[in-house]
Amino acid sequence: MWEYTDKVQEHFLHPHNVGEIENPSGLGDVGSLACGDALKLTLKIEDDIIVDAKFKTFGCASAIASSSALTIMVTGMSVDDAEKLTNDDIADYLGGLPKEKMHCSVMGREALEAAIADYRGVILPMAEGEVVCECFGVTDLDVIRAINESDLRSVEEITNFTKAGGGCGKCEDKLRDLLQTTISGIPVVAVTDDKPKRLTTLQKIKKIEEVLEREIKPALKKDGGDIELVDVDGDFVMVSLRGACTSCAKSQTTLKEYVEKKLRELVLDSLIVEEAK
Amino acid sequence: MKCEADKVIYMDNNATTRVAPEVVDAMMPFLTECYGNPSSMHNFGGQVGGAIEKARAQVADLIGAKTSEITYTSCGTESDSTAIISALQAFPEKRHIVTTRVEHPAIKHLCENLDRLTGHKHRVTRLQVEADGTLDMAKYEEALADDTAIVSVMWANNETGVIFPVEKMATMAKERGILFHTDAVQAVGKIPINLKELDIDFLSLSGHKLHAPKGVGVLYVRRGTPFVPFLAGGHQEGGRRGGTENVASIVALGRACELAQETMEEENTRVRALRDRLEEGLLAAVPNSMLNGHKTDRLPNTTNISFEFVEGEAILLHMNLYNICASSGSACTSGSLEPSHVLRAMGVPFTAAHGSIRYSLSVYNTEAEVDFVLEKMPPIIAELRELSPFWKAE
Repeated sequence: MWEYTDKVQEHFLHPHNVGEIENPSGLGDVGSLACGDALKLTLKIEDDIIVDAKFKTFGCASAIASSSALTIMVTGMSVDDAEKLTNDDIADYLGGLPKEKMHCSVMGREALEAAIADYRGVILPMAEGEVVCECFGVTDLDVIRAINESDLRSVEEITNFTKAGGGCGKCEDKLRDLLQTTISGIPVVAVTDDKPKRLTTLQKIKKIEEVLEREIKPALKKDGGDIELVDVDGDFVMVSLRGACTSCAKSQTTLKEYVEKKLRELVLDSLIVEEAK
Repeated sequence: MKCEADKVIYMDNNATTRVAPEVVDAMMPFLTECYGNPSSMHNFGGQVGGAIEKARAQVADLIGAKTSEITYTSCGTESDSTAIISALQAFPEKRHIVTTRVEHPAIKHLCENLDRLTGHKHRVTRLQVEADGTLDMAKYEEALADDTAIVSVMWANNETGVIFPVEKMATMAKERGILFHTDAVQAVGKIPINLKELDIDFLSLSGHKLHAPKGVGVLYVRRGTPFVPFLAGGHQEGGRRGGTENVASIVALGRACELAQETMEEENTRVRALRDRLEEGLLAAVPNSMLNGHKTDRLPNTTNISFEFVEGEAILLHMNLYNICASSGSACTSGSLEPSHVLRAMGVPFTAAHGSIRYSLSVYNTEAEVDFVLEKMPPIIAELRELSPFWKAE
């Protein structure tokens, strides 16, 4: 069970400002049923002051509480001030959220942003970026923004805040790259190292080629041998031994004890090296 | 610590069960004065061994096995791992495993990790399920290959209660010289099982799902089935599983199995009737609600119902206010971002998967409790739907 603060419980069980404002000055509609949470925020704005805010939310306790908190926080605010609200402000207002639930506060901020953009009649820049996580439709701009705003330091944290990488996990590499480039100079915490990494076959081939060229081929060449990558199927790496290796009695030992070990160490722990016949 | 169990309406028995008072009585001496080690030479310890053997007979009796076919383990997960890894070691030339997409994580993740665990190359065929959670037997037959080492198919699904035809599936495997394992953690104690008449080679069960404590399980290994121990160590369990016996829990499991035989009929009559009353009542009272899983090929105690356009964690927390305990297949309850792999495999639409609630009953539930839940659920769902942007009241 999640550890929710009293404030989260209170806003979840007795949410404020539930509903929809008719003919709203600004409408923010984010999330989807498929994603597991969605928020429809409507604002009534007079003279650039938010005079009323209402919400409808599909989601867990944190999503509902974040929405309720958001409507209270923005009511009475100028649009310019509201624009500066961050997801951390929402989470702080609630006395904190479990880290796996931070994306609920992000959804609140996104809805607010969308509603303000709607009021101003502008298109949000984040609608532009390139989708990184296809499972949850998260763009690179969303990710970069979350990294900067919430000072994220690992792929796991990116997932907690934006959901990106929480589905099939195929984008983990891209997320790691985004993290590297966004916070270049600051060491990245290797939180995901203890988990089996998930790579696409293409990514695997690329990495395996790198390791073969850099580490394995030079070592084999010292003994007059060589190795070529033939194919990668799932975790199976099919290679062909060349030169002195072909007639070497110990070639199978070399494959398992050296090549496979190196590839497991440097590419992916689950790889299995086989000789292509 | 006080948990005020008498205040809750416990409908989460597929997660764990109340330890039966009779079971507590049976195990208590082994937590107090009967603390000897059954392996000891002295009578003080040795007499404890007799209690373990008595429990073995009680377990064997419930599932129609011989006592020599019962090996105690620490949990269902250990039993599952032992069976699969034993089969793969026994047939190193066979490199194929057949299982389903709706297995418990104990099997699912084991299969995913096999390459690293065994250092072999293995293919895993995971059978797809139909919309009602049942299997297509033709596809099963197709999946059985010359190099299939073992089939592992759960007897009953923990989330939906759907029962697979493991009897028939085991026979089909046997005809092809393939070992058959079933994770029967949810089935044992709830439906009659008679292994004497079946071709099942391995069966896993877990104590805490049938009113014994947590931390004890059993692996049934059919006589003559090749077996390689998973936990090597002392000579306990005839060399099949090292480690000093969890005596008190083993005795408890024996007593729980004995009780399960006594309550089996009640489980399939009174509990089934309560489950049906709950299910029919909820489906009638709550619009846009639907049953997940086959209506009849199902455990008598389980119902999994989706309430569209609302989210499971939110439902559970509202139920929690009334001390009603159940589970959900929603993404948010688990901390993962995707709903239950079982419901997804069945193709339950996201609108419904996120709002699924599993009620799993036991002989301790009463009609009054069911009626209380029937009274409280519709307003909870209605209240949450008021908040939902996808809900349009008709």
